[in-house]
Formats: sequence, structure tokens, C-alpha cells
Amino acid sequence: MNYERIKEKLDILADAAKYDVSCSSSGSTRTNKNKGLGNSSSSGICHTYTEDGRCVSLLKILLTNHCIFNCAYCVTRKSNDIKRAAFKVQEVVDLTIAFYRRNYIEGLFLSSGIFKNPDYTMERLIGVAKKLRLEENFNGYIHLKSIPGASDELMREAGLYADRLSVNIEIPTEKGLKLLAPDKDRKDFIMPMNKVKNEIIQYKNDKRKFKNTPLYAPAGQSTQMIIGAGGETDAEIMYSSAYFYKQFNLKRVYYSGYIPISYDERLPAIGTEVPLLRENRLYQTDWLLRFYGFDIRELLTPEHPNLDSDIDPKLSWALRHLDLFPLDINKADKFMLARIPGVGLKSVNKIIQARRFRRLNWDHLKALGIASNRAKYFILCNSGEYESKDRTAAQIKGLILQNSTSKFRKTFDQQLNLFNSIN
Amino acid sequence: MTTILMYDGSFNGFLSAVFIKYEYKMQQVRIRKAAFTSKNLFDSIEEVITNDKKAERVWLKLKQKCSSKGLSFLYKAYLSEIIGGEDLMLKFIEIALQSEKCIASDYSSPVVLKLSQIAKKIHREKHRMEAFVRFKQTKDNIYFATISPDYNVLPLICSHFEKRYADQKWIIYDEKRNYGLYYNGNHVIIVKIDFKKDALSSQNKALFYTRDESDFQVLWKSYFKMTNIVSRKNTKLHLQHVPKRYWKYLTEKELY
Repeated sequence: MNYERIKEKLDILADAAKYDVSCSSSGSTRTNKNKGLGNSSSSGICHTYTEDGRCVSLLKILLTNHCIFNCAYCVTRKSNDIKRAAFKVQEVVDLTIAFYRRNYIEGLFLSSGIFKNPDYTMERLIGVAKKLRLEENFNGYIHLKSIPGASDELMREAGLYADRLSVNIEIPTEKGLKLLAPDKDRKDFIMPMNKVKNEIIQYKNDKRKFKNTPLYAPAGQSTQMIIGAGGETDAEIMYSSAYFYKQFNLKRVYYSGYIPISYDERLPAIGTEVPLLRENRLYQTDWLLRFYGFDIRELLTPEHPNLDSDIDPKLSWALRHLDLFPLDINKADKFMLARIPGVGLKSVNKIIQARRFRRLNWDHLKALGIASNRAKYFILCNSGEYESKDRTAAQIKGLILQNSTSKFRKTFDQQLNLFNSIN
Repeated sequence: MTTILMYDGSFNGFLSAVFIKYEYKMQQVRIRKAAFTSKNLFDSIEEVITNDKKAERVWLKLKQKCSSKGLSFLYKAYLSEIIGGEDLMLKFIEIALQSEKCIASDYSSPVVLKLSQIAKKIHREKHRMEAFVRFKQTKDNIYFATISPDYNVLPLICSHFEKRYADQKWIIYDEKRNYGLYYNGNHVIIVKIDFKKDALSSQNKALFYTRDESDFQVLWKSYFKMTNIVSRKNTKLHLQHVPKRYWKYLTEKELY
């Protein structure tokens, strides 16, 4: 192995792959076979964190950054004047095994620029996964990119070796895609996604009948959207996301604040701040949809197409539905408990278990760890004092903001002043 | 007058002490490790002899009274090595034995809540060690790692590594507690190693580790650097996830 050359390639191809945010290694059921190498951890493990605070769980690299497409938002676009490199299949295999044996990583996340044509590229990606599984008896996590436009047969094969497959939508709306990636067609994304979805359903059916049905993409599929590149509203992004969750049974949709990498006039200029706060609000909304039983139509509407930046989406929803509150913490059902601002799902479970033993009061709730600064305006408990004093939504919001600190505070200082003056 | 039951520091030792407390119907009891016992003028100290049979009887009784969650709270609190943790564990046991239903989910009880919080800390440390162990390949072809976790989590991480690295020999050594796990390709044994002075220092790297080892370390460091996005820099978050006390064991945080 020529380390100098490998290092050079790794530098180029890791740098190019870092804009893909997905790094999860969770949800797979693969176990160690025949005393081989590796065993997946169902909760996933983040082995380290970069200085920007993102987790490093997988060796995330491109097979090559040569690409025949010219998508404006992408660093590896054809017209960009950058160093290009390509790994050999064996090189990726060796690197993955060496890193895994040292407990640096949970596995491999392999993506690629598209060279020659989609099928040719997809075949190379599958080649790496196949070699890892069959020759190295590797049972760690493998995440392969589905190349837009890859044929059904290849997608079928990919799922036999990979734990997760993903194809990135990147631009949430069709009109945005036309503008920024004119060579790409949305249909090409949908096709492999649909195939994988059907294969997973098929796998689940077969599994019931035949115990030894080979695993097919046990960790499901995911996608990613870039935020703030094409001028979409939060509603457009989240409705699109909800559609993909429902239509293709996705495990995750990732939101990636656009990092300016181009002087292209169609995109935010270089030096524009990465929309971190917006990204955070979208993830909060995503969690509300997946775990808290919210419907997207409750959170974003044509009259309310963007999320509030100064408060989280659940609080924002609660302030629009004050008629439903205050809730009695000792009586409300799980579904409604989860809707109280400042009460997370873990707290919901603890409340439900704890109230079997005695009626809960403020001290219990604080000890359990609920965010009482937000929650106290929305609940009753086993105590005479409570905060529901017929306040308006604006008053409650003002009080909450007054008593909270956020690292994003500077972004919405303007609004804060306004509410302070109301009180 | 308080009776102090002094045990040898093992989990079975602790359970034996619990047995003795109930056997002699002692009222005011504190359980302490032999190493940490300080004597008050009016306390009487009694030494507990670890008895696996008695320990098992206590454990079986607890199993009837408590879910596996409650049992894991106790074991994790034991591994935490928090001074005085035994008092909390004993209180938990007392309440559990009296109660009709399993108390492990009674988060409104201060004892249960506190114990669950301690257990959570241990669990976090266990998870961190599964992530932060960095093996180095020695010339004997053993993958070797040192750690010094906040709590004694080696017993908890053993099966994770055994399942994962089934085809390579490895050692994970706890420098703080001076013992380690050695997987010889078949099963795990507990080892104590007397390191020569400076054996683990960086000057002696070339002596013990393979040539490949340092090359892969360079590749990993380089990967770690390249995958960072400078325009999203967030030092606070970075430190929250990778606290500084772990850095000396993390290849990617070592200086070149």
C-alpha cells in the first residue's frame, strides 16, 4: 500500500464527502457471523466529533470526485476547477478494515461523483460493499449512496450488502432543481428510492415465511435536502419531507444548511452565514412529526409558511392553541403530554411511570427534569399554585423569552426588545 | 449507634453485607469499602466476609421484587464507586423489599430518582468508552488500548468488544484501576500488567507498534481534519461531545 498516495486521495475524497450530513450508524440488525469482524450496534456509536461538533461515526468518502453533472450547489460539479482523484476498490476495502479494527469507525459511508454513467458508478460502489462482506467477512455498517438513475437490478444487489441506502434530493422543490441542477431529473431520484422501498417490503414479507431470507438494507433508506440554496419556504421543505417519509418509508430526512462554495449568481454568495438556526428549527419540526404525533398541517400552513426563529415549533404551536391548555399532568394522556412545550418524550415516560405511585407536584416535575420555564404556563399539577392567569399568547411568549438564554440570541435580539416593551 | 459494615469492594461483598444487615436485624447501618472506612468515636465496625451463597440469596430476592431495570440500577451504582453510594443502594433495597410493586420506575421517589441518575452517568461513560477506545496494533499482533474511565465500566463494555472484534486479539487496559481485559481469540480474561516505567510513553512507540500502525494513525488524523467544515466551527459543541479529559487517549486529538 502506497501511503503517500492514499493519504493524498483520502484528503481530497474525504473533503469532498463532508457535505453529506448523514452519519448515523443506527438501526441495523446485522450481527457477527462465523467469528468474523464487526457487529452492528443498534443505537449506533459516534466515535468522535469534528471541531464543528458533527459526529464521526463512519468513514465517509467518495469513491471518486470526477462527475459528469454540473449541479450548481455541489463542490464536485464538472465546471469546478478542483483536484480530482479516484480510489481503487481494494484501497477503500483496506482503509475501512484498518480503521474499523482500531475502533475508529462503525463502518463505511461510500458515495461517489457520477462517472461514465449511473450504472457504471453504482456497480463500483456495490463492488466495494460486496468485497467487504464476502471476502473480509465484515459485519460492520455500510451506507451506500444510490446513484440517481441506477437500474433496478443494481439497487436490488446494493441492498443485499448495504445496511442503508440513500439518495439525496438536495433541492426540496422541482422548480429549484430545474434552476440549479438542469441536467438532473427528479424521476431519476425517485426510481431507485422506489425500488429500495419495494424490496424492503418484499423482504419483510419473505422473512415471515422463510427464516433464512438474506437481509435487505436493514437500516432502511434516507435522504438529504439543502436548506437556503433555492429560496424555498420552511413549509415547502417540510411538506416535501413529510411526503417522502410517507411515500417511501424513509428512516430519516437530513437538512443541511447551505455552505456557500460557489460564485454562481443563482446561489447565496460566498461568505454568507450558514443558516444554522433554521436548520435546527427544521430538525425540531422533523422530530415533532416522527416522534411526537404531530401532523405537518398543524405546524406549517399557507398563512404561517415559516417557522418562528425565536421560539421552538412546539411552543409556537401551543401558543396558537391556548384553548387546549392548561393540562393536568396527573390525568392527561401520553399523546397530550407530548404536546406540552418543554416536556420531551423521556419526561413523558417518566411522568407516566411516576404518577402511578403518587400525584405529582412542581417539585417532582422539576426533579424529573422538565423545562419548567416553558412548561409552567401550560400545566396543572398537584399544587395550589399555577401559572395560568389568562395571559395572552404574546405575554407568555415574552415571559418565556425573558427568562431564557439561547446561543442564537443575537440573531433575534430585535424581537426580544419588542416583547420586553409590551410587558 | 451506627454499625459500619466493611466489605472487600466486590459486588458480592456488598450483597453479603446486605445479607448480614437483615440476618442480625441491624437498624442503623452503613456499608463501606474497607479502603474508605474512617472511624467515628461511637461507631462500631464489623468486617464482612464475602460469601457468594449469601450474596446470591439477596440477589434472587431482589429479582422477585424488582424489574431488571432496578437490578441494573444497583449494579451500575456499584460500578460508579461513588463514596457513600452504598447508602443509596441500601435504601433502594430496603424500599424495594417493603414495596408490593417494583419501585424501579417510581421517579417521584428521591432515592429511585437519584439512583437512576447515577446509573445514567455510568451508562454514558460505558457508551463513551465503546466509542473512544483506540486500538494500536503491536508487533505481537495484539490490538492494544489504554483507558482511564471516570467509572469502572470495563465489566459493562466487555461483551460489546468481544462480539465485535471476534477475529483479532485485543487488550483494553484501565490505567486508573490497573486491570484490563484480554481477548485471546477465544474468550476474555482479566489481566494485570506491570508496565515498565515509560513503557507507554510516545518515545517507545516504535518499540512496540508496527510500522503500519503509525501510518494508519496519520491517515486517521488526516481524515479527521479534512472532514471538518470550517464555516460551521462550534468549539463549545465539540468540547461537550469530546471532553478534554479523554483527549490523551484519542489518536485524532494527539498533536502531530
